[in-house]
Amino acid sequence: MKAEFNFRNKEHTRAIAAAVRNENKSRKCFMEVCGGHTMALRRFGIPEMLPDIKLLSGPGCPVCVTDQSYINRVIAWSKNQKNIIAVYGDLMRVPGSSSTLEKEKAQGAAVITVYSVREALKTAKENPQKNIIFSAIGFETTAPATAAAVLESEKLGLENFFVFSGHKLMPPAMAAVLEEGIPLHGYICPGHVSTITGSHIFDFIPQKYRIGCVVSGFEPNDLLLSILMLVRQCEAGKPAVEIEYARAVTAGGNEKAQQMLAEVFSPCDAAWRGVGIIKDSGLELAEKYCRFSAALALPVEFDQAKENPACLCGEILKGKKSPPDCPLFRKICCPENPVGACMVSPEGACRSWYLY
Amino acid sequence: MCMSVPGKITSLDQDTASVDINGIIYQAGTHLIENPQIGDYVLVHAGYIIQKIDENEALATLSVFRELEKINESRI
Repeated sequence: MKAEFNFRNKEHTRAIAAAVRNENKSRKCFMEVCGGHTMALRRFGIPEMLPDIKLLSGPGCPVCVTDQSYINRVIAWSKNQKNIIAVYGDLMRVPGSSSTLEKEKAQGAAVITVYSVREALKTAKENPQKNIIFSAIGFETTAPATAAAVLESEKLGLENFFVFSGHKLMPPAMAAVLEEGIPLHGYICPGHVSTITGSHIFDFIPQKYRIGCVVSGFEPNDLLLSILMLVRQCEAGKPAVEIEYARAVTAGGNEKAQQMLAEVFSPCDAAWRGVGIIKDSGLELAEKYCRFSAALALPVEFDQAKENPACLCGEILKGKKSPPDCPLFRKICCPENPVGACMVSPEGACRSWYLY
Repeated sequence: MCMSVPGKITSLDQDTASVDINGIIYQAGTHLIENPQIGDYVLVHAGYIIQKIDENEALATLSVFRELEKINESRI
């Protein structure tokens, strides 16, 4: 962006934080459900600026919410020399029941990290004798890229490109948190998910649960303004869906991306690490594209999930606990030796608390 | 992982755009947006442009910050 688009101006930061402190009349608890927000809030020290606002991290990090049996299945595929596994880098170090993709790669498995699914497609074109299994994780922000790749793969007639969809949808998880009874006064809604979906997908939250939603950008002043907007909603007793990140988000979102998602995927029940199955919270390939499904085309035996019982990732993802509540945090579990996924991803709540 | 990076389209070739992100040129798919144009500010995520950035809305948000700054100064 142009240099004058400065969303980190310190005078503005002080002014917005002062407005929050002045206008807020009682202790409040807001939850962010985007790993990028978790990281930015901690990195810029925003909780320390607002002592009467408790900020909880929700299930907003795609790596953290990926069920362990998903990792186990990808590890099982990686043991077959005919397969090349393409994953987003964050997934490499997530512990499966008995190994990680990083360890499998060190032992000779063909596991490549990609920034984009386009690299996985390129690998498929260059290696027609191999099965390329793309480990597709991420929320509504990332799933359209997978959809575009599936459509392109079909156009190119690639027969060796497969997708293992672990894509998840944000609104059902946000509802699940509220159904757990977490006493929230508002949601800081995910900015980049909303570029695709539009803000209207959150309309049910103020309607059904009577708490506010503000779609936020990722700069410190964006986040502070979003918190101010939530405070104003609370103090006025008028919960609503508002957009702070208006430079990138509209109520209706990116319709072309939504159409591609609807073409390639169907909603399905999905397992969230530590949370369990949430109805219609995942995306599986639609019947028309099921030939790209790694799960259907390449059946494999894999270990069932076997989490460390002391790890509190699940409770942390639901907003019931904070990272310092976990007996493993900073003792056994650290970025060099992560026990749970929340310590692996830079956007995980435990990792952010550890670093900042 | 949902992080997206803002940049500016510098050239277009079929379904791929060159996007200047802090002086480094990245190649990004244009499959997910309508009518990309050279000069557009966009968000890039996982190798694809996912949205255009509205400069007028960016300026409007900045003007809200400035208003709050004025209120804060008047309090001091």
